Amino acid sequence: MTPQAHSAIPEAGDSRAIRDAELIARILAGERELFHELVRPYEKSLYFATFSILQNEQDAEDTAQETVLKALKNLGSFRAESKFSTWLVSIAVNEARARLRHARVLKFESVDESAPDEDGGFTPSVISDWREVPLQALERKELRELLQKAIANLPEMYREVLLLRDVEEFSIAETAAALGVREGVVKTRLLRARLMMQKVLAPQLASKGSGVFGLFRNRAGGSWF
Amino acid sequence: MVLNCKHVWEQISNYIEGDVAPELREAIEEHLAHCRHCAAVLDSTRNILVLIADDRTFELPVGYSDRLHARLQEEIAGRE
Repeated sequence: MTPQAHSAIPEAGDSRAIRDAELIARILAGERELFHELVRPYEKSLYFATFSILQNEQDAEDTAQETVLKALKNLGSFRAESKFSTWLVSIAVNEARARLRHARVLKFESVDESAPDEDGGFTPSVISDWREVPLQALERKELRELLQKAIANLPEMYREVLLLRDVEEFSIAETAAALGVREGVVKTRLLRARLMMQKVLAPQLASKGSGVFGLFRNRAGGSWF
Repeated sequence: MVLNCKHVWEQISNYIEGDVAPELREAIEEHLAHCRHCAAVLDSTRNILVLIADDRTFELPVGYSDRLHARLQEEIAGRE
């Protein structure tokens, strides 16, 4: 899916909301087994939300499990004016942050002070001409490691928005709701996160003779080259 | 409206989202048509986003879903 296509699936979202509402009503009426079905479409989002904060597979998985149990316990307090997926991920974000605090590994970066010049002054990596990069094979494993490392190195506030918006493909509004910030904050952080990724990755991918888009051509389409 | 490179970079994320006013979009595209550096920044940013959205870039731990549902089942069964 191209980044531009992110917000183009309202029908799917609507039908899922209806499905969720029906399941929730039945679960609250006593069919608790249906909770498996309710959370299944969102279990991947849960993992990436917790992983974006904790940066450790085991902790992320444990926290995702705790999130699901907490959601089951508190399902009665879910209000239908928000989306279930957003509610669930916001629990995951809060649980992961609490775990991080508890482990005393929270870096001393105040959410706002840690922003390296959030309102501008950032210079992307100006490579000669991306479209002329020759296509050679780059091991998918190597590519995956490059991307994961670049994301892992982002400050937490940027990693969160990038994972929710660009990996999990939440809308801007959903990302804002899940993180408990305004949409404008999400947009600002997203700009920073994306340009940081570009700055780190574009030269590396180009210097490797980036066959990366050969690997992904079916997904990316060929029109950009 | 005439934009310099910095203005374009500041709008790149919103531009990719399709979240810029028509007049601004036109000015950005006018700039991109004449500035190969900014065009390369846009292309590379966009392509990196395609790569990170690819299902093969971030995978769940093996057995994650099974363990999640096993733990959930314990909770559900325990309460009944």
